[in-house]
Amino acid sequence: MKLVYGLITGLLFGYFMQRSRVIRYDAQVGAMRLIDMTIVKFMMAAAVTASIGVYLLHDLRLVELSVKSTMIGANVIGGLIFGVGWALLGYCPGTAVGALGEGRWDSIWGILGMILGGGVFAAVFPAIKRTIWQWGAYGKITLADVLHVNHWVLIALFLIGSLLLFRWFERRDL
Amino acid sequence: MKRETQKALSPYLSGVLTGIVLVLSVWIAGKFAGASTTFARKAGMVMKLFSPERVSSMDYFVKYAPKIDWQWMFLLGLFIGSFVAAITSGSFKLQAMPKMWEKRFGNGRAKRALVAFVGGALALFGARLAGGCPSGHGLSGLTQLSISGFVALVCFFASGIVVARILYRGGKQE
Repeated sequence: MKLVYGLITGLLFGYFMQRSRVIRYDAQVGAMRLIDMTIVKFMMAAAVTASIGVYLLHDLRLVELSVKSTMIGANVIGGLIFGVGWALLGYCPGTAVGALGEGRWDSIWGILGMILGGGVFAAVFPAIKRTIWQWGAYGKITLADVLHVNHWVLIALFLIGSLLLFRWFERRDL
Repeated sequence: MKRETQKALSPYLSGVLTGIVLVLSVWIAGKFAGASTTFARKAGMVMKLFSPERVSSMDYFVKYAPKIDWQWMFLLGLFIGSFVAAITSGSFKLQAMPKMWEKRFGNGRAKRALVAFVGGALALFGARLAGGCPSGHGLSGLTQLSISGFVALVCFFASGIVVARILYRGGKQE
């Protein structure tokens, strides 16, 4: 059943993302060139909405969070390497698959590269686990834990900040 | 700025809808969105064809067994969803390279393939090192206000902006 839910969730994600054109190379590299903020609008609108819903359900004890471990060294080094690859390819892992769905088949080269990158990472994983993954490892922490404030305060700030950012984008036609 | 916006769904609307889908996924299936692990698992599946013993002894594939799981189905759904949206909205197009790329680097397919392949490999290696990609760290991380998500997302964009700037240096062209 889990597999069916995965398929349905993916179908809806793919449908919405394609319809608002966040899957395209031009939109992703456009964001990195700071000339087209479509993907930032999409991601922040999705994250704020999901944040409200997920924390509401969490407060009602209906869902569990699945926070990824903070490993500052790995998050930073891995994040920077990812950004270089992302700018070269112009698709992230999810959107590379979506791009193929809408016929932008240059993403195939990226997908093949990703499989290679995944294999290389698996090969060097034991060494990384002993080193980089230990640098600045703080466990599964959230901003609310670190700042010792209620999560709703942060979600409210996140919502207001996003709306102000959206207004700024629209005024500049980004 | 001239942009192809006709018939595109607003990224704010699709973002909110996608956020609601994510909340439902967490509620019903207990699953947050993610994408990059699947490519690493896929690498395990490919390597299994050549050396099954080695794959079953590798730490990473013990942790992330090469199998079809929720996330694999999520990506299959994303592919189909994007395809359906593209066909029904008349925006499906078999395209060997993105317009923005072609304008800057010409229509050499080998060049695009090489850069996309290298980019994909770096992106996936970086994502696995960082512990996630724009789906897992970006969308799901922001949603849960996780520190790892914020740090990784900032780094994705930081190096992405630098590399995009170098690639498209000196041109305001889109």
